[in-house]
Amino acid sequence: MSDLVEIRWHGRGGQGAVTASELLAEAALHEGKYFQAFPDYGPERMGAPIRAYTRISSSPIKQHHQVIEPDAVVVLDPTLLGIVDFTEGLDDGGLLLVNTPLSPTELRRELDFNKGKVYTVDATRVALDTMKRNITNTPMIGALLRALEVVSKDVVREEIKNRFNTRVSKEVAKANVEAFDRAYREVREG
Amino acid sequence: MTLKTWREILAGGLITDAGNTEEYETGSWRSHRSIIDMDKCTHCMICWVYCPDGSIMVSDGKVIGIDLAHCKGCGICVHECPRKAISRVEEALAKEGVQ
Amino acid sequence: MVSPKVRGKPVALDGDRAVAEAIRQMSPDVVAAYPITPQTEIVMRFSEFVANGEVDTEFIPVESEHAAMSACIGASAAGGRAQTATAGAGLAFMWEVLWVASGTRLPIVMHVVNRSLSAPLNIHCDHSDSMGARDAGWIQLYDETVQEAYDNAIQALRIAEHPDVMLPTLHAMDGFILGHGLERLELLPDDAVREFVGVYKPEHSLLDVDHPVTYGPMELTDYFFEHKRQQAAAMERALEIIPQIGEEYGMLTGRYYGLMEGYRLEDAEFATVALGSTAGTIKTVVDELRDQGVKAGLLKLRCFRPFPATTVAEALGDKKAIAVLDRSLSFGAQCGPLFLEVITALFTHGFSPKVLNYAYGLGGRDIVPAQIHQVYKDLIDIDREGLAGPSLRYLGLRE
Repeated sequence: MSDLVEIRWHGRGGQGAVTASELLAEAALHEGKYFQAFPDYGPERMGAPIRAYTRISSSPIKQHHQVIEPDAVVVLDPTLLGIVDFTEGLDDGGLLLVNTPLSPTELRRELDFNKGKVYTVDATRVALDTMKRNITNTPMIGALLRALEVVSKDVVREEIKNRFNTRVSKEVAKANVEAFDRAYREVREG
Repeated sequence: MTLKTWREILAGGLITDAGNTEEYETGSWRSHRSIIDMDKCTHCMICWVYCPDGSIMVSDGKVIGIDLAHCKGCGICVHECPRKAISRVEEALAKEGVQ
Repeated sequence: MVSPKVRGKPVALDGDRAVAEAIRQMSPDVVAAYPITPQTEIVMRFSEFVANGEVDTEFIPVESEHAAMSACIGASAAGGRAQTATAGAGLAFMWEVLWVASGTRLPIVMHVVNRSLSAPLNIHCDHSDSMGARDAGWIQLYDETVQEAYDNAIQALRIAEHPDVMLPTLHAMDGFILGHGLERLELLPDDAVREFVGVYKPEHSLLDVDHPVTYGPMELTDYFFEHKRQQAAAMERALEIIPQIGEEYGMLTGRYYGLMEGYRLEDAEFATVALGSTAGTIKTVVDELRDQGVKAGLLKLRCFRPFPATTVAEALGDKKAIAVLDRSLSFGAQCGPLFLEVITALFTHGFSPKVLNYAYGLGGRDIVPAQIHQVYKDLIDIDREGLAGPSLRYLGLRE
């Protein structure tokens, strides 16, 4: 039986949705799993709404199409609310995780969405507090892993640390891990 | 000349025998023939330098004539000769021996 | 099957980066390339390798794709190993010189990241670019996954340089879907690739001053036709060589390659034929249909040029109905280029199953399992009721 998990990420160009999709996939590599991570390319402009996808499975993944019925939808930017239909394809087996100060109950009312599970976390505040920048991908990964531990939290934490250590700096890596941990703690289910 | 089949020729149209233009006699292209007046010629070699087909025959540092098997009759030698020692006649007349 | 000689290292790379790694490992003498979406990352990453001294290739940042292929032709005629990469309009811009490369029998390797041709301007995947070059005398392989993009990149060199072949070879991966899609693949150790590709010793080269040679002479009515016949013969021989190299690569890596791959095809009654990444999506649909008791199968074609007519006809001849999926349109033709080949192969081998042709996925239009289910449903319908309506249909198009 396939244990395939399909995730759809919504964000704006420059917020790190593509990086988030890849980071999770790279963590899956360390667990010996199979994965795909790919964006939905369009006009690649800073600020434009974009979608990215991650598939993770313990067996090889054959299909090459966009995720239609996601197990999880992760929304990195609260201002996409009302602009992008991010509940598309979500059913009772799925989960929706949104970066918003709203509670899950308030968000459900706002979206008129009664299926599956809904999680919220104020990742923008977490990002500004820890990293001093409104880049919400690492906190949203933290929050996602609390809702659905598709890969081990510790492996992802290590992956974030290594990625930012080698590509940016120790300070940035530390702030990202802090944001990841804090969002993991603060995410609310409803 | 018998042409070869596709099984007998080198791939890609490569030519591996260097200097094989000698085998291709271009003298038949000629409509005018250059004739050197040996009395005027000073063997300055200007014609030898300019000839695009290497058809000025030279021996022991002296011009001895024109290689009619390859000369295309372009007339560059006639134009370049500083002593006006080379003239040009129609090939048909040259063949009849008219000078 | 013996166990592979080397163990690859599992990594996470997109198709472009995987191919850049393959080029680095093959370490050609010259890479001349011009960046174009969605191939840019190959050139970007490879030029980093050059700048960092990780490979001693001469990288030529040319001013156009026409120049890229021309530089490869010069380098290859000089006896070097030459490679390039391109996509879409870039490949179209090379068109004239593609024929010079093949006509001169230069074993250049090209990595194509499939992109549609303008207009309207579009950067996404379809096969219009490589199909446009299908008569240019290049061997064409198609990749289903990022792993295959990497594996085919390496095998392409051996196929091209085989003394019985000596034809330029390209492999094509679907733009964005594979090119920018991060997947798990196994990278071979550098020395394993180096050993597999060996040292190139051309029979002739411009730099061999002891044996001077003229490349690119003029031929008129006397010998031109004979040289074209030789190219056709080399393509015929490539049909033997490609699986041999696929076998050798399999012994090395555990991943064996032939001219085509049958997926649950042998006892299938209803078959589809496809190229590239869509084959993977079809496999998932075949599995679902098999669970429902439908005898569905897939013929994934790896090698489009030369077209393995006998292999394809024998694999498909006994099917009740066949659908061929073309990711390009040949305007004014009766069908897509893949369909044309498949049907000709069937007819000339004495088979006449019921057939349908689908044009799909132009300009990157996503192809999803529901559409492929529709294809198999259509096949079952025409088997039962005969063909009604056109044989060329459009899949995933708003009617």
